[in-house]
Amino acid sequence: MDIPLFHLDWLNNRMLIALIATVHALINHSLAVGFLPLMAWLENKGVMNSGPTEITDARWDKMVYKMMWTAFIITTTIGAMTGVGIWFSVSLVSPNSIASLIRVFYYAWFVEWTVFVTEVVLILIYFLTWKNSNKSIKAKTRHIKFGWYLSVFSWVTMAIIVSILGFMMDPGNWKNDKNLITAFTNPLYIPQLLYRTPLAMVLGGTLALFLASVFTKRGEEIRTNTFKLISKWILCWLPFAVAGSAYYFKVIPETQLANMNVAIGTQAFQQWYDIMWKVILGATSIILITAILGLWKPKMLRAPFLAITLLFALAFMGLFERVREFIRKPYIISEYMYSNLLREEDYPLYKKDGLLKWATYSSTPVITKENKIEAGRNVFMLACSRCHTTQGVNSVVDVFDKMYGSTGKPFDETMMKNYISNLHNARAYMPPFPGNKKEIDAIVAYIKQLQITGEVLEGAQETGVTLNPEQSVEAFKATAEKNLAKEKTDIENIKKK
Amino acid sequence: MNFLLQANIPIPKDIPLPLPVPEPILVFVLVFSFLVHIVFVNLMLGGSLLTFWCQIKGLKNKEYDELAHEIAKTITVNKSLAVVMGVAPLLSINTLYTMYFYTANSLTGLMWIAIIPLVTVAFLLTYLHKYTWRIFENNKAVHISIIALACLIFLFIPLIFLTNINLMLFPEKWGLIKGFISALTLPNVFPRYLHFIFASLSVTGLFLFWYIGRKKYPFETIFKNLNRYDIKKKAYSLVLTASVIQFLIGPIVLVTLPSKGVGWNLIFIIFIGASIAIPAMYWIYRAIVGKPEHINNNFWKIAICLTITVIFMGSGRHIYRSNSLAPHQKMMAQKTKDFIKASEEARKNPVEDELEIDESLGDVAVGGALFAQNCSACHAKDVKVVGPPIIEMATIYKDNAEDLKKWIKNPGKRRADAPQMPSFEGKLSDDELAELSKYILTIK
Repeated sequence: MDIPLFHLDWLNNRMLIALIATVHALINHSLAVGFLPLMAWLENKGVMNSGPTEITDARWDKMVYKMMWTAFIITTTIGAMTGVGIWFSVSLVSPNSIASLIRVFYYAWFVEWTVFVTEVVLILIYFLTWKNSNKSIKAKTRHIKFGWYLSVFSWVTMAIIVSILGFMMDPGNWKNDKNLITAFTNPLYIPQLLYRTPLAMVLGGTLALFLASVFTKRGEEIRTNTFKLISKWILCWLPFAVAGSAYYFKVIPETQLANMNVAIGTQAFQQWYDIMWKVILGATSIILITAILGLWKPKMLRAPFLAITLLFALAFMGLFERVREFIRKPYIISEYMYSNLLREEDYPLYKKDGLLKWATYSSTPVITKENKIEAGRNVFMLACSRCHTTQGVNSVVDVFDKMYGSTGKPFDETMMKNYISNLHNARAYMPPFPGNKKEIDAIVAYIKQLQITGEVLEGAQETGVTLNPEQSVEAFKATAEKNLAKEKTDIENIKKK
Repeated sequence: MNFLLQANIPIPKDIPLPLPVPEPILVFVLVFSFLVHIVFVNLMLGGSLLTFWCQIKGLKNKEYDELAHEIAKTITVNKSLAVVMGVAPLLSINTLYTMYFYTANSLTGLMWIAIIPLVTVAFLLTYLHKYTWRIFENNKAVHISIIALACLIFLFIPLIFLTNINLMLFPEKWGLIKGFISALTLPNVFPRYLHFIFASLSVTGLFLFWYIGRKKYPFETIFKNLNRYDIKKKAYSLVLTASVIQFLIGPIVLVTLPSKGVGWNLIFIIFIGASIAIPAMYWIYRAIVGKPEHINNNFWKIAICLTITVIFMGSGRHIYRSNSLAPHQKMMAQKTKDFIKASEEARKNPVEDELEIDESLGDVAVGGALFAQNCSACHAKDVKVVGPPIIEMATIYKDNAEDLKKWIKNPGKRRADAPQMPSFEGKLSDDELAELSKYILTIK
């Protein structure tokens, strides 16, 4: 309400963040955190297994270099830019929440940034000095050491970010104690880390298997040996990944129940939870089969099958992220800010005066008969548009239609009004409606119009903004002058007395 | 309040949380980390442009193609550092100028988010270009097109950033902006853009001078005909030409700045910064026209002078921003305070939801109102909404108000197609429960 609202009416705003963030997390886990230590280990194997006169097994080293080349290209382009992209997309879709978080976590992010800078410098050194390091055993040993340093830093980067993610979901802490220590000690931190670390290693291994199948030829000895080593790596980490997710699983409902004391909200959550179980079970089995084959029957493994394994492994993680997103609702910052970017403590004010009056950008500060639909559109933008579109993904028309039995009949006005004023009881993952009665009337009128006309809603990036005269510099000055004049007369009155 | 008032300038309320660190520290981090970021951006853009130019020259003189390859190798490193160094100023400006920066981002939203895919593509193109040098050896047109495309993207991206960083300074224009193009045409964007482009060429020239001049750099094994001196002289000429042009564009940038942020503090900083560059220009000129063995003289003095100039210009940039926004920030701070106060008062005296009694319902009017307030989100008369319709309840609990009340207090879960109902224990008094069940059981 203080920042013009960017809105994507087809894709859905949250989808924009989700797409970018998921790509980033998948690349980060499978090509950095879990992949780099594997590369350093494999590079070291090349040195160990080389003849007495060689520095390293040249063919082996070349293959590992090619794998690292892939990781380098992807992480320094798509990986790096989706990382920045999370900032960009969140600042567009959810500016108030990210702004609040930075004000509290500036230190954490600054530390994170220095670690991240080190990580980037190390990956540049590790990759770009690879070929030169093959000239002497001393240089090669140092090079492998850099590989290990790099692995450590990429893990630390993840460890810090996870603390902030966990903090956002932990009920209560934001109000009492907004700092980094509580972020690290929040109940979801350790479970998340215990799940993410081994899972990243498994993902890294699955990806490496696929790359090895691309960079070597069938039947080659080098291929068999690589498959065996990577399979061992996966088999080492897989039990921990399963145990870690089970532990994380156990903790999620506890936190989630604290968030949603109304059990009704859990139905939608339960659906995701059930899907997640199945996919995890499937993914774990297929990874296990792949790793066992890789160890005992490496010749049976081929690129297409390995690609499928990789997809399953990525889906494993993707679903976890979805569930993690879900348990945060109806808040975006636990018990402080709702997912509509309004602070819980400001609700009484909006209920008293209406949301539109306090919005910096609103063409309808006062609702009249003539501007009712427009006011409804403005209310929709302020109160609903972060999660709902008008005609696209999670469209408000669709959800009402589905709720009223998908009849396609015009929605019942009274039922909608009653529903909207109490929707937080019926759907605990949604925030309460923030405005006054007139605004509910307006939004109902608007949604009914949407149902009939199928019109779309454009965000500030297309239509610009209309200033609310009450929230302008001009009104501010007028009030200040009035106050000044009042003060003057008060003083004169006192003097007269 | 007067609604007929002509409103041109919005005052949003700020994020009602204190700054995480004292403001001067944030300003320092912002200005300093931005300069480091922009130097790498300069090298990335300048390096790409020089690579392109050298490759064109390389069509006639093979050695220039080799030189292009050498410069192309530096882009990989510089672009990675440009991105990672950009995060700190991004965070700092988000924190210091939250409302201004986010508003600008939002108003140019599509182009702003397009930065992500555009830069990703440009980065991938630079790698494609670098790793296909031998593959496209006999297909130079294709190969040069790759870097040309990357250059075009790199040339466009700064416009998006400049547009945003410019737009954030002018709350009085926010109401007029409709998308990126209208923000792009605000005064001062293009002069600042040119200033940036020539800075990139100048910085890259200086970098190249150092890069190929290093003792460890195996120039003679890479090049047969070209010699170090020639390339160094060319690099210096580029620095000199680009810098002299900067001296012409600089005043244009200053003159086209909207006057609200121009103060003597700004003029002072800019002039000191510019004058420190003058001896550097002189030394470069001497090196170009002097004897080959003297070309390295004064290199570090030149580098230091130009670094100081850059620091002064970067500070000037911040001073302008700070001058421009100070009055508006002051009003915003007051506004935020007023809002917090109003919100506090509303919390103390909340508006209670009064029951809307429909008298026509007779003696179940209270129950009907209670139903509307507490139940109607999920239950309707004769259709299933979230839970079952009222008619069904009335049938199940016919003449059994006690069990109905029990259920409402502590509901169980019976239906597979409906989620668990929340408990109303403590939310409704016994009297209210009696009225409510009375109403439910009258529905037919």
